[in-house]
Amino acid sequence: MRSTPWICILVIVTMVFMAVFAPLLTPYSPIDQTLRDKLLPPFWLEGGSMKYLLGTDAFGRDILSRLLYGARVSLIVATLALTAGGGVGLVIGIVAGYLGGTVESILMRLVDAAFTFPAILFALLLAVTMGQGLGTLVIAISLLLWASFARVIRGEVLALKQRDFVALAKVRGCSEPRIMLTHILPNVLSTFMVLVTLNIGVVVIAEASLSFLGAGIPPPTPSWGLMVSEGRGRIADAWWVSLIPGLAITALVLSVNVFGDWLRDRLDPRLRQL
Amino acid sequence: MSGFIARRLLQGLVVLVLVATVVFFLGRLTGNPADLMLPEDATAEDRQRLIEALGLDGSLFKQFVAFISSALKGDLGTSLRMRQPAIDVFLSRLPNTLAIIPWALLLAMVVGIPLGVVAALHRGRLLDRAAGTIAVLGIATPSFWLGIVLIFLFSVELGWLPSGRMGGPEHYVLPVITLGAFLTAGFMRLTRSSMLEVLESEYVKLARIKGLSESVVIWKHCLRNALIPVLTLWGVFVGNLITGAIVTETVFAWPGVGRLTYEAVIYRDFPLLQAIIILKAILILTINLVVDILYAYVDPRIRVN
Repeated sequence: MRSTPWICILVIVTMVFMAVFAPLLTPYSPIDQTLRDKLLPPFWLEGGSMKYLLGTDAFGRDILSRLLYGARVSLIVATLALTAGGGVGLVIGIVAGYLGGTVESILMRLVDAAFTFPAILFALLLAVTMGQGLGTLVIAISLLLWASFARVIRGEVLALKQRDFVALAKVRGCSEPRIMLTHILPNVLSTFMVLVTLNIGVVVIAEASLSFLGAGIPPPTPSWGLMVSEGRGRIADAWWVSLIPGLAITALVLSVNVFGDWLRDRLDPRLRQL
Repeated sequence: MSGFIARRLLQGLVVLVLVATVVFFLGRLTGNPADLMLPEDATAEDRQRLIEALGLDGSLFKQFVAFISSALKGDLGTSLRMRQPAIDVFLSRLPNTLAIIPWALLLAMVVGIPLGVVAALHRGRLLDRAAGTIAVLGIATPSFWLGIVLIFLFSVELGWLPSGRMGGPEHYVLPVITLGAFLTAGFMRLTRSSMLEVLESEYVKLARIKGLSESVVIWKHCLRNALIPVLTLWGVFVGNLITGAIVTETVFAWPGVGRLTYEAVIYRDFPLLQAIIILKAILILTINLVVDILYAYVDPRIRVN
C-alpha cells in the first residue's frame, strides 16, 4: 500500500482555497489593465518588485491575481462538467448494464463510437456554432467524459446484477427503475467517485487546451490555458507570462492524478486497469 | 476473414454517419447555418441565394438528406476564409501532418515500450520509480505548454533548434517530442502493467524451466504478449495523435491539418471546420480499419470475436 500523498493533497487544498477566496486574496483586479506596468518580471528577477510577485502580462495585469481567478474557472468547469458528463455516463452505464438486450447493444455501440472519435473536435465545433462561454465549455467537456464513465459503470453493474440482493428485490416485486435506483445505484457510487477523481485532471487539461485554442471561456476572464496562449508570442522576452500558468496546470493535474490513484487503490483496487 | 472485414467496414460506416449527423445538428443549434457560412460583409440577397443553393429552406429532414448526398459526392462546402473547396484545403495540408505523426508514434514506441519493460523488471525499485515519475509528469503536462517550454529551452535559451515552421530535419525535433510525449508516457504505463501480469503467467514459468536465457524469456515471450493491450488501444492512440496535432501544430506554426483546425476555429470558418471533422473521422476510421485487419491477420483469436 502506498503512503498517503500529503504533498498532493496540500497542493489541491491550496488551489481550492485560492479559487474560493480569490477576491479576498488578490491585490489587483484580474482584468483591469495598467499599461505603464506591462511585462514586469517576477520579484526574484532583475527589474521585478514585491508589488507584482509573479510579474505582469502585456497589458500590465498582475499574473498572481489572474492565476487565482484562473483556478476558479478550472474548478467551476471541472465541477460542472464532471457532474453533467459523469452523471450521463452513470445513468447510461446503469441502464445498459441492468436492462441488457437491445438497449445495451445500442448504448454500448454509441460508447464505442465515442471512443473512436475525438470529442475535442465536437468541442471546437460547438464553440464556433454556439459561441464561446461557460455553457458551451461544459457541454463540450461532458462529451469527452460520458463514454468512459458509462463503460466502467456498466461493467460494475453486470457483476452486481448477479448478486442475491437484486434477485431478492425482484422476488419482492420491485419495479426495474426502483431496483436500479435503490439497489444498484448506491453500490456503484464508490466507483463513480473514483472515476470522478481520476477524471479531474482530464477536465482541467481539456479546459486549458480549449481555452488555448480560442474555444474556451472568452477573454478577458482569466483561464490558465488562455494565459499560456496570451504569453506565447512573448516567450523570448517575458517567459513568465506563459510558463507560470502552465506550471499551475501541471501541478494541479499531477496532484489530482496521484491523489486519484491513491484513492482508487484504497476504495476500489479492482479498477487498477484504468 | 472477409466476414470480419465486412463487419468492421459496416461499423466504421455507422460511426461516420453518426459523426455527420452530430455535425449537421450542431450546425443548426443556433438557427440557420447560412449565417455561419456567410462572410460578414454578405448582403441579404447573398444569404437568400445561399439558403436556396444549399436547400436550407426545406424541412430539416430534406436538409439532412441534401447535406449527406452532397457530402457523398465529395462536396463538403467552401472555406469562408480561403474561398476554396474545404476538401481541397484539407488535402493540401494533410501531407504536412502525416510527416510528423509517424515520428511521434515511433518515439513513443522506441522510448515508451522498453522503459515500461525495464520498469516492470525493477518493480518497486529506483528505476521503476524514476520511470513512473516521468510517466506521471508526461500525462500531467498539457502538450501546448510542453511545446512552449521546449521552445523556451532549446530555441530561445540554448539556440540549438528552430522554434517553428517546416524545414530540414532540425525543424522536426521539437514538434515530434511535443506530439509524442503524452503517448510515450501512456505506452510506458500500459507496457509496465501488462508486463507485470505476463511475468506471473504459467507459460513464462515454463519458458524459464525449459532453461531459456532470461533475455529470450523477457523480450520474446513476455513482451510479445504484453504488447497486446497496447495494440488494442491503437484506435484511442490515433485519436490522441490527431487531436494532439491541433495543439502541437498551433504552437510550432506547422502548416498541417491540425493548424488548419485551429485557424478554422479562430476565424470562425464554420464550413471548413465542419469538413475537417468529417474528413478526420474518415481518416481515423480508415487507419483503424487497416490496423484491425492487419491485427486479425496476425492474431486469429480476434477474427472469431
